[in-house]
Parts: sequence; structure tokens; C-alpha cells
Amino acid sequence: MSERLVVIGNGMVGQRFVEALRARDTGGRWRVTVLAEERRPAYDRVRLSAVFDGVDADELTVHTPDDGVDLRLGEPATGVDRARRVVTTAAGEYPYDALVLATGSYAFVPPVDGTELPGVFVYRTLDDLAAIREHARGRRTGAVIGGGLLGLEAANALRLLGLDTSVVEFAPRLMPVQVDEAGGAMLRRYVEELGVTPYLGVATTALRPGPDGTVAALDLADGRTVDAELVVVAAGIRPRDEPARTAGLPLGPRGGVLVDASCRTTDERIWAVGECAAVDGVCHGLVAPGYATAEVVADRLLGGAATFPGADTATKLKLLGVDVASFGDAHGVTPGCLDVTFTDPATRAYAKLVLSDDARTLLGGVLVGDASAYPALRASVGGPLPAPPLALLAPAGGPGAGAGALPAAAQVCSCNAVTRADLDAAIAGGATDVPALKACTRAGTSCGSCLPMLKQLLDAAGVRQSKALCEHFDSSRQELFDLIRVRGIGTFSRLVAEHGRGSGCDICKPVVASILASLGAGHVLDGEQASLQDTNDHFLANLQRDGSYSVVPRIPGGEITPEKLIAIGEVARDFQLYTKITGGQRIDLFGARVDQLPQIWRRLVDAGFESGHAYGKALRTVKSCVGDTWCRYGVQDSVGLAIALELRYRGLRAPHKLKSAVSGCARECAEARSKDFGVIATEGGWNLYVGGNGGFRPRHADLFATDLSTAELVTLIDRFLMYYIRTADRLQRTAAWIEAMDGGLDHLRSVLVDDSLGLCADLDAAMARHVTSYSDEWRDVLEDPERLRRFASFVNAPGVPDPSITFTRERGQPVPARDAGHRRQPVVLGLPEVRR
Amino acid sequence: MSPVVTLDWMPVCPLDRLDLDRGVAALVDGVQVAVFRTASGLYAVDNLDPVGGAYVMSRGLVGSRGGVPTLSSPLHKQVYDLTTGRCLDLPGVTLTRHRVRCRDGQVEVRLRQEQ
Repeated sequence: MSERLVVIGNGMVGQRFVEALRARDTGGRWRVTVLAEERRPAYDRVRLSAVFDGVDADELTVHTPDDGVDLRLGEPATGVDRARRVVTTAAGEYPYDALVLATGSYAFVPPVDGTELPGVFVYRTLDDLAAIREHARGRRTGAVIGGGLLGLEAANALRLLGLDTSVVEFAPRLMPVQVDEAGGAMLRRYVEELGVTPYLGVATTALRPGPDGTVAALDLADGRTVDAELVVVAAGIRPRDEPARTAGLPLGPRGGVLVDASCRTTDERIWAVGECAAVDGVCHGLVAPGYATAEVVADRLLGGAATFPGADTATKLKLLGVDVASFGDAHGVTPGCLDVTFTDPATRAYAKLVLSDDARTLLGGVLVGDASAYPALRASVGGPLPAPPLALLAPAGGPGAGAGALPAAAQVCSCNAVTRADLDAAIAGGATDVPALKACTRAGTSCGSCLPMLKQLLDAAGVRQSKALCEHFDSSRQELFDLIRVRGIGTFSRLVAEHGRGSGCDICKPVVASILASLGAGHVLDGEQASLQDTNDHFLANLQRDGSYSVVPRIPGGEITPEKLIAIGEVARDFQLYTKITGGQRIDLFGARVDQLPQIWRRLVDAGFESGHAYGKALRTVKSCVGDTWCRYGVQDSVGLAIALELRYRGLRAPHKLKSAVSGCARECAEARSKDFGVIATEGGWNLYVGGNGGFRPRHADLFATDLSTAELVTLIDRFLMYYIRTADRLQRTAAWIEAMDGGLDHLRSVLVDDSLGLCADLDAAMARHVTSYSDEWRDVLEDPERLRRFASFVNAPGVPDPSITFTRERGQPVPARDAGHRRQPVVLGLPEVRR
Repeated sequence: MSPVVTLDWMPVCPLDRLDLDRGVAALVDGVQVAVFRTASGLYAVDNLDPVGGAYVMSRGLVGSRGGVPTLSSPLHKQVYDLTTGRCLDLPGVTLTRHRVRCRDGQVEVRLRQEQ
């Protein structure tokens, strides 16, 4: 008979606790009910601000669905009756054998007049952020009360929402808890440069409304006034201990549910984890110690004897390129400790190490401007320095800062308490790459700041990290591209003979086919190249589930004449094809047999169409709105530009399919920001966005350049596409390619705009070659009897149609007969037979 | 209704009609067969993809894995050992193989009765 466990709260720590318990409770000892206040399951509050960078809220979720857990969203606990061992909610009562409080904390709002005004927010939940975004619309000024970690994040968010932003901090410097005076001064310069105005060493005395009743200004204690039509209060957090308080449980001296090192309250059936728990009287407001309490209670509830190991208060903040990190005894409060500081006004880097009195043990430190040494330093706290102090503090760390120098006990991933010894054991156990290490140790799965160290540890252990494409080539796609280009290799057989082994496979062959096509090696079905093409490319059409193909003619920009519409309609009617408008403003014709493809192309080519390359890893469509030709709001000719771009890049083979769109104004009707490259018209020209995608993990494109002339725009897109084609991995979308790039978007900009690698002339020339050498692949096949011969259902019976392809009708159109292939026949299980 | 199986060698096409490393489909006694010519010889297997249920194996990519000649399904890319028909990605899945030879420049296929 299992026991009943009730968890109050479904934040990051509550979720981690439930997962830890469920993973270890293999005997099914606990039946788990989770009562959650918010209506969405646990999400990554640490990355909350990412939603302002365009990350979808759903991407923040950390909740893993578990049928064994009764998760009750939007049902907060209203009381705990310890005598009856029952938790009450508005909906009912939940008896427990054990109760875990995971209620977290709430944002502290200081007692200042006016905090109840409309337009005043806290910065705590996704709902808070949505309300802030909504209120910011059409407003110009904002202010944040509180210049700590969260306050600066909130300030950056307001800045991204387009508000002139101020930060008011009572302490004389920003981030007073983490950073010392010199570090605070450096941080202030960065923050000011971002356009945020700091007011330091001054209290807010009141918030005042404007004529419309919403907040309009802050009064400061020194008599100054700060305009703010939106105010975020980020003055700290307080543990949510009401359930414990009302249930009569003892609290910590500064609030929080008082628990011992086993995270148990004075009631042996009640435990507390995360920010609401005052472990031995002290609350911890960071996720890493919260996770530690979750692990402790999961262990205890299954009969273990784990105790809270103490808190790592290391923090790292990144505010649009400004790194701030602090770890260990950052303020040097250890008696007799020594400081080593490094200030470089030129690069605006500040760093401080706190060492023991004999200068042998690292106690803590502060980094502002360049925090690349942070992972190694944090992991070294309490141990010897991994390198001489200056080598560590100089920007970029220096060679000695590698993870290879760390002691075994050093915590490499503090979010998940993974030590170097744990990682070395995983490597010895067969983990040979970063994903494997993440999977078996959980290191790098939270904030990700230790990921570079995982690579270094693999290197230090002598694990050669493979970039091999497949068993036939030790090279990456990029290396193969360069080999083929520089050595002028024109065939797969020569490439595999000189630089690979075996006879290739379904991974390397299409990659080489794509590279050869990008380098203009002739028609994709010429000679040996034909054998490399994946089936869609081999038949220049898209294979569907029943073995038939679909055909997509190019309709540049989505603009089509009535004559052409009629021609497509006639083809579809005559060949009895299922017809559907695609998501990319084209028309897809389904249900063609292999032997019908040339006949269909012939009709389409005669009507003025060409291949739409729907089959290839190639440019698909450039979608458009109607632009200023028809639209009341359009400011530029989006259709004209979309057609020009689609024709320019048609047939361009790439590591992944490419999509694009052009919107004629900021209303963005063409959804250009969900594309690999998107263009949005402004009054001053074109804005170029790169790295967006739809698909399984949608991502908005990032702004790359603004107010471009058409010529400038085309040049930048040329370079962007060619650089992507040359350097991306197999099947790597543009978004992942930019993310994986050292330096990311800034690096890309320096390469493509400032020509920092001296590549631009070469990229421009390569694109010019593509544009001038384009010819329609369908027409080329129709003109070549050799190639045409391949389009037969059966080599020994060219006139016989494939009998396995049959259709039924749905909504007046043909669709594949579901029982055409015998494997797909429906099997009826356990249904009563109907007697006739 | 199952097709009549005669178990005779049936000519399919001239050898030079087969491109290296690229398949064709043939109808042999009513059965769809996929025929391939690779550097290591001729192979014939059922054209029916045992996983996807469509007659498409002749359109798969041939290659090698660990030195063994392979064929990948064009539908969902499961890889089969051409010499045994065994699926290398899914245990228990097998592609029926047929006999194939070249006589006087003609490729001939004989259906295999055993499954």
C-alpha cells in the first residue's frame, strides 16, 4: 500500500524534487500529488528574461510529464491541518503521509506610496512579464526600483521593450550583494552605455500617478524626480512561508520555514525545499542550493540520510554582452585574505580574486566585462589556483585556465552539483561527447555556463571529439566542402578514394551531392551524381507515404496570373492530382506516379513554370504580403523584392532547406521573422533578419542590419547564404549555425559586413556564379532521353503503372487508399462483431 | 489473392541499364522487386518497404556500413544489409531477398520462395 505525498508548489525546485523522487522510487512507495498556484507547469524562472529576446514561453518549461504524478495546476493550497494531516484547496482536501513545502518566494514590495498604481509590476512570473509587455506598448519611459541581479535584468527587459529606462538603487553601487565597489563602477559604465540611467545611493520615496491615473514618475529622497510610465519593483524576494506560519510551524529568524540539515521541519511529516526553506535558519535565493534541498528530501523520503551540503552563491549575469560574475567570498570577509585585482580601462574588464592569507587557496572573486574565466575559477574555490593569478585574470583566461587543471572535488556544474570526479568517471564509463556527458551526469543541463569546461575535460581525458560526418569520412561537412572546392574534386568516388573509405551511405552521399550542387558541378542527375541524390532529389519531386510523388511548381513571391492558375488546375484535373495550397504560398499537386512526373512537368514547363525545388535542401519560397502596391499600410514593394530574391536564389543547394519572406511594413503579414532570412520594409529601406525558423523548435530571426538599400540588402543576403552553405554542418539550420558560431551574431556581422576574414569577395563571386549558371532542372530532364529513361515504374514493363498506388476520395479529391500497402491495413482489436 | 510463383529465372533488363549504386524496380511474376548493381555485385530484394508499407525500396540509397553493402529506405531511412536482408536499425525486421544473376549481358531475377 503506497503512502500519500503532497507537494505544495510546482516551481523549478518543486519539479526537481518530484523528478528526483520518482526516479529513485522504483518500488512505487509514494503516490504524489502536486498543488500548483500557476496555471502552467514548472518553468525556468532563471531564464525568464529570455522571453524578451524572442524565446517562446513554452521553451522555458522544465516540466516532464509523468502519469504517476497528479499535477493540479491553478489549484493553490489554502491551508494545512497538521492534526488531521490534510492540505485544503478551494477544490477539496488532500490527505498526506508526508508533505513537502516548495512554495518558493514572492517579490518584496517596499512600503512606498503609490506601489498599488496601475503600471507598477513585479518581475517574477511569465504572467508578470506578459503584463509588463502589454503596459509598455505605446509608452516611452520606465524605471526599475532595485539595482541587483533581478533589477538589472528587468532594466534590460524594459530597454528591449523600447523604454527610456532608469534604475534606482538604495546602495551606492549596482549589484551590491555580488560585486565590490570597483566592479560596481565598471558595471555602471556598461549599464550607462546601454542607455540605462542609474540613480545610486538614493531611496524612492513615492510613486506618483499622471492625469490618466497610471504611474508617471518616481520621487527620490534627494528631491529629484524620475519620469516612469512603467515601474518594475525588483527590491528583493521574501520566502513564502504562510502555509507553515498558519500551521504553527517555527520560522527562521528572517522568515522561511525553519528546517534542519535534513530539510525537515519540527513536524516529522513536513519538509521544505527551495527558497521557502530556512535551512538551519538561512534562506537561499538561488536555484543551485534549492536543487540540493530537493535531492536531500527525495533521498530522505526513501529512507536515505542525505544532508544539505551548503550553498554555492556563485552568480553570473549577462546583460547584452556585459558579463558579471561573482563567486565564493567575493567581498573578502575571510580574516587575513588577500586581493589580486586587475583593471583594464581599455577593454573595460575588471577582475578580483580573493585568496587565503598564504595566497595558495582561492576563496572567491568578482569578474566584470569578461567572465570567460568564471567556470574554471568557480570550480576552483576552496582549492589551489589552476594557474598564476595574472594568467587567469587576463582577458580570455590564458592557457592555464582550462578545466584540465581542476582538482577532482571541484564542482564543475554547480547548478547540478556535478564534480570533476563525477565527469571523469562518466568519461571513463564511455561518455565520449558533450551530449553523452549531459545525459549521464546532468552537468550543463541548467544554466549551461559549464559547457565549455565539459569539452575541456573530454580533451584533458584524451577523448578525441569526433567531427566525422559518418563512418566513411573523418571530416566535418565544412572540411569536405573546402576539400572539394580547393582541390577541385568533382566526383564522390574520387573524394571517398582520396579522403574517405568504403562506399558511402545515406548520410554522406546527400551531403556530397549538396556540396557538388552548391559548387556548380552540373545537373544533379548527371552521371555519378545521380547515385548520390536522396530520393526526392533523384526524382525532382517529393516522395509521399504511399510511394507516389507531389509536384510543386515555382510561384515566385506567391504572385500568379489567372492563366497560370488555370494551367495548374488543368494539369491537376487531367492527372487526377490532389491539390492543396502550401504554407509557403505555392500549390502542391499530390499523387503522381514516377512514370507520370515527366508528363506533368512537360505540361507545367509549357505553361511557363519551372521547378519549385520543394524536393531539395534548397531555397524553397520567398513569401510576401502585397506591399505598397495594394496595401494601405505598405511602405515598400514587398512582392517585387520577394520575386527578385526568389529568382536570384532559386535552385541554391544548402545544408538545410531555406525559407524567406518579405513584409512590406512592420505589421509583418508575411511572417518574415520566422524565416532563415527575412526582410521587413521600413520608411528608410529594408531591415534584414537572419536565423529564424518554424518547424519543431520555432525561433524568431534576429535583426542583422537596418535601413538597407536594395543593393546593400542583396549583397548581405548573398554573403549570408554562401557563408552558411560553406561552413554549416549537415542538416544544420541557420539558427543553430549562428548559435554554434564563436561570437554568434556579432561575429557573423563582422565577417559579412566588415569582411573581417577577407572572404567577402569570394562569397560574392560564388553567388554570382550560381545566379548566372541557373537552369531549370525539370526542363533539363525533359530535354535528355538518358535521364528521362529513369522515370519508369518498372524497368521491364515501362508502360505498366505501379498497381500499389491506388486512391479513394476525400472532400472531392483523391487521397491515398489507406489499405493500399498491406502493412497499413487497419487491424481491429477486441471490437464486437456486427452480425448481419 | 497471391501471385503465382514460378521460380524461373526471369530476364529483367540489360546490365548496362543498371546505373552503378542506383536501383530500379521490376515486376517479376507479379512481384515488385528492387534490383541494384554495386561495386560488390548484383542484389535483388522486395520493393516493399517492410516498415513504411510502400513499394519504394528501389529508390533507396545504397552504401556500406562496417564493410557490409547496405540499402536505406527512402521513406524513413532504416538501413538494411543487402547480403542478408536484415534491418540494421530495427531488430526483427527483414527485407525479403531474391536471387539475381547476369547472363549474356542480361540481368535475371528468380523469386525466393522462403520468407
